[in-house]
Amino acid sequence: MNVLTAPAAILSTPADEVDPADPAIVRLAADLITTMRAAPGCVGLAAPQVGVSAQVFCVDVTGHPKAVTTHGAFVLCNAKVVEASRWRPGREGCMSVPDLTGDVKRAARVVVEGLRPGTGESITITTDAFEARALQHEIDHCAGKLFLDRVAGAHAIHVRKVYL
Amino acid sequence: MHELAITVIGPDRTGIVADVAEALADVGANLTDSTMTRLRGHFAMTLVCTGVSADEATGALTVLGDGLLATVRQVEPSDQATPGAPYLVSVHGADRLGIVAAVTRVVAGAGGNITDLTTRLTGPLYVLVAEVDLATERAEELAEQLAVAAAELGVEITMRRAESELL
Repeated sequence: MNVLTAPAAILSTPADEVDPADPAIVRLAADLITTMRAAPGCVGLAAPQVGVSAQVFCVDVTGHPKAVTTHGAFVLCNAKVVEASRWRPGREGCMSVPDLTGDVKRAARVVVEGLRPGTGESITITTDAFEARALQHEIDHCAGKLFLDRVAGAHAIHVRKVYL
Repeated sequence: MHELAITVIGPDRTGIVADVAEALADVGANLTDSTMTRLRGHFAMTLVCTGVSADEATGALTVLGDGLLATVRQVEPSDQATPGAPYLVSVHGADRLGIVAAVTRVVAGAGGNITDLTTRLTGPLYVLVAEVDLATERAEELAEQLAVAAAELGVEITMRRAESELL
């Protein structure tokens, strides 16, 4: 699937809640994982980024140097942050804002609740560090927010370095 | 003691800061606050310095040549903190004429004083982040007016309190 980039309107539109048992949502979940895997360095992807207004995203921070707790690759529907603490600044990028990075304060410890696609099983993920940041970034996408909406100051956006 | 407000801008290359700072130091100019950054391949320096006359600073900077455009002007020292609480305004959307003009006019209309502002254009995406000192009782009014401006401009605008933590 193609990843849309800002200023695509769907990236700034709160996405709809979904029925996790809907076969279309199960296919979307698989497509998100496939698209994430196809992009080098991509640790998460939300449905609005591929042009679908749905509260569905995937995350996989396995092996990332900043990750501490990891839960492998997973997809969540209708996810919400229910607890957030230990706020820390950090620099993040986004496939939908490919030329910029930004310094954003995120909780380094979160509890996230969501539904598994297919079964609709409710799951609770307690995590920290980079996986917590990735979850907050993806949940923001589902709410129509980009990291640009949360940068820490006028000097907190940076042109991404291109290494030749 | 008088202060000088100096700007220097020119095509980016290695050593601009060293050349300018050295030229000023050689005539006894003392740098105080400054920002220096690269804007689309141009290097831009804005600085305040003390200790020399405008003529001395101008003389020191004109010898730099090399495409560097410098301006020097004497200013009155001003270190007034503006009243109000710090807020952050983020704007992003499709580039079009007048985004900065429209957004900052709304901020000024609510009595917001912009203390720092950066814009970036990457491809079709325009991004503006402004730090604004604002009376807290006018924050809600400004947020509403920014939402109207955002709809008119077809951009996204977020306004929130800036956090400042003392450690």
